[in-house]
Amino acid sequence: MPKYKTKGLDCWNKAKELRDRYYRDYKESHERGGLRWEGGAWSFDAIPQALEGEVHGLSEEPYGASIGHIPELQVRYQEAAEGKWGCARDLCSYMRAYWGSVALNEYAFGGEWPHADFIFQNQICCCHSKWLQVADEIDGGTTPYFCFDVGAGPYDKIGDRQIEDVVGQLYDGIEFIQKVTGRKIVDEKLIQNVYNTYRSNCYWAKTCELNQAIPAPLDEKTMFSLYVLGTLEKSNQAIADFYEKELYPEVKDRVADKIAAVADERCRVLGDSQPPWGFLRIYRYLEQYGIVSVASLYTFSLIGWMLVDKKGDIVPYPTLEEQGITIKDRDHALRLLAEGELKGKLMWAPFYGANYKNDLVTKIAKQWRCDAAIIHLNRGCEGTAQHQMQLKIALQEMGIPVLTFEGNMADEREFDEGRVMRLIELFVTETLGLKKVA
Amino acid sequence: MIEEFKQWYDDRHSYAKEWKKNNRNGKVVGYFCTYVPEEILYAANCLPVRIMGGHEPPALATPHMFDMWCPFSRDCLSQGLAGKYDYLDGVMIAQSCLHIRQAFGAWQLQVPTPWSYYLCMPNAVTTSHAKKFLAGELAEFKKAVEEWVGKTITDADLDRGIDIMNTNRRLMKQVYEFRKEDNPPLTGAEAMTMVWSSQIMDKREHTVLVEQLLRDLPNRRLDRDPGVRLMIVGSENDDRLFMEMVESIGATFVIDDHCTGSRYFWDEIVAQGDRLQAIANRYCDRVPCPSKDFTQGTWERKRFPHITNLAKEYRAQGAVLIQQKFCDPHECDIPSLRRQLENNGIPCYFLEFEVTVPVGQFRIRIEAFIEQLRADELFD
Repeated sequence: MPKYKTKGLDCWNKAKELRDRYYRDYKESHERGGLRWEGGAWSFDAIPQALEGEVHGLSEEPYGASIGHIPELQVRYQEAAEGKWGCARDLCSYMRAYWGSVALNEYAFGGEWPHADFIFQNQICCCHSKWLQVADEIDGGTTPYFCFDVGAGPYDKIGDRQIEDVVGQLYDGIEFIQKVTGRKIVDEKLIQNVYNTYRSNCYWAKTCELNQAIPAPLDEKTMFSLYVLGTLEKSNQAIADFYEKELYPEVKDRVADKIAAVADERCRVLGDSQPPWGFLRIYRYLEQYGIVSVASLYTFSLIGWMLVDKKGDIVPYPTLEEQGITIKDRDHALRLLAEGELKGKLMWAPFYGANYKNDLVTKIAKQWRCDAAIIHLNRGCEGTAQHQMQLKIALQEMGIPVLTFEGNMADEREFDEGRVMRLIELFVTETLGLKKVA
Repeated sequence: MIEEFKQWYDDRHSYAKEWKKNNRNGKVVGYFCTYVPEEILYAANCLPVRIMGGHEPPALATPHMFDMWCPFSRDCLSQGLAGKYDYLDGVMIAQSCLHIRQAFGAWQLQVPTPWSYYLCMPNAVTTSHAKKFLAGELAEFKKAVEEWVGKTITDADLDRGIDIMNTNRRLMKQVYEFRKEDNPPLTGAEAMTMVWSSQIMDKREHTVLVEQLLRDLPNRRLDRDPGVRLMIVGSENDDRLFMEMVESIGATFVIDDHCTGSRYFWDEIVAQGDRLQAIANRYCDRVPCPSKDFTQGTWERKRFPHITNLAKEYRAQGAVLIQQKFCDPHECDIPSLRRQLENNGIPCYFLEFEVTVPVGQFRIRIEAFIEQLRADELFD
């Protein structure tokens, strides 16, 4: 008899539909007279999406992850980047998959590579500015390129000077896209997009907070498919509505009704960094032992905005409504956008030191009541794999058993499934002392 | 002079300890990246010492940084964990690549050092806002240093710091001019040894040695055939064994683009009333590290035309592109740089560096490259 009730999410198909539509819209945009732009999960999409007419973006990391999830495409694209372009095979595996897709003139969702009209990217890790710099070079080097610098400091050091720096760049970015597209930014759209950005980011954070409940209403494997919408287009009305009006209320109900992600939950695990996308069956294996992966800084704050409150707890960043703010004009919208990203995106804090990562993740481990940690030492992404060994030490010092395994989020050539499964089995049975649920 | 540069570099820890003994009020600050504004440290009577690897397998770093981080950054951390830098009063970094930030982050937690500082150097150095932002960061940094050393840094102090750095930069650039000669009076290994030593010595003392070198160079003759003129470009490189090996088999490195070479000193500070702004302008305008080489408006890189010009000015016949394994910024640029140089008639050869370099294997590969270049000479 399972300990808890369980069922799939009612809004699951809606999430799938939104994702499919996103990639389809990007491909078909030109046919409808729309614009196409390339950026990333952390791009200020509220700005290009406020241009006149139809506009669609392509977010580089989720596109790379999509390729990573399809074994037959993954290696072919990686090898095209390495062979045709000549890049090193230890670079970010999303980036190599993306470059290979461009080099082969193939869109992973069918057809030829859909050329963008402009690039609108953010730089915080070493690869982000380079990614589309090189992608465009492979593609002929004619796409106008703009990259913001958001490395202005960690969340607890953000003041007017840091916000001013980013806002200044946002104004430059507006001037740039207006010039290269010949279209104007529509302020009403921009303001709405900023409202939507807040709703997407804050309601995803609120949803993650609900996972503190026992039993956990969501497991990380499911969460991966949910946060992705925010990485695609957090300023999108339908996506913001999904987070606020569908996902959050449903997960809240699951908590109230004690509907579990894993029916026999008895061990709660903390993760870190992206998983090896082609091998998500690891999570299903864990479930056989009643293990549910409930939390990670990556899954929460890749898009979720959070903050550390006066008590020292991690809590969702307040929505504009909760802050009692009505956006007045363009300047106000841009300031709020910069402020939310710089203060709320805790995922950026580890870029400034191991002490930030240790502090935030140990808080998560406590608040989300984790019994153990399984850390993917991700050879495919330096950004999310920062300070993982320091984190391991910090978690062990607080008495949490930790398993680390090396792999790669999107390059199966760097993942030894048999060895990793054996490591996990030993960790689960010997270190955690768990047996398979009958 | 070259022997002295070499001696100080090889015995850098003794040098710093000796400096401390002779400068009772001074502090030694280890720094992790050449974007650190040494001017402000000199203004505060500190000795900036670049933290370098030891070219030893970085076993001590393994529990703190797993193997996908660049060998140089792991080697640096390993040196700290081994206690080689136990004389440091402080340690700092200017925001740069993720790899060296890993080493700094782990150092802060694992290597006891009384003071540490993370300087938020802009990534996008060419934006119209970067210089203003950096000047603000420098003001905060100056304040932190003042609180730490217990002394106000005046404009006169800053002028002194700027002068110390600029003088040293200008003189090293003059030394590099000699490398343009048909038979350069110093090898590439020697020239870079001069730069490496400048990163660990008191610049004032180093400058005296460089001045003497400049007096000696017009009459210095090397008893060797310079062979093929090569350029070397890439990640951090203080691998003298490799450089000397290449220069012993029929080639001379006549110019480089490394943060341990020309990129470190190429640009001076242009004086202006607001000293911190002047310093900020220099660090934003300098030849960028690839991790900062992107701009707004075009995908093109600032560093590439600079490298091509250097190759032409110094009449390089070929370029050796080297990269520390896993060094993303250089890995991203190298395929493009290779195309850029080859399109300008400069053949390239690529090598991936680890903490210890397989000199024997690299010798065979470089010999083949030199032969290829010499074969081209036959048809010129």
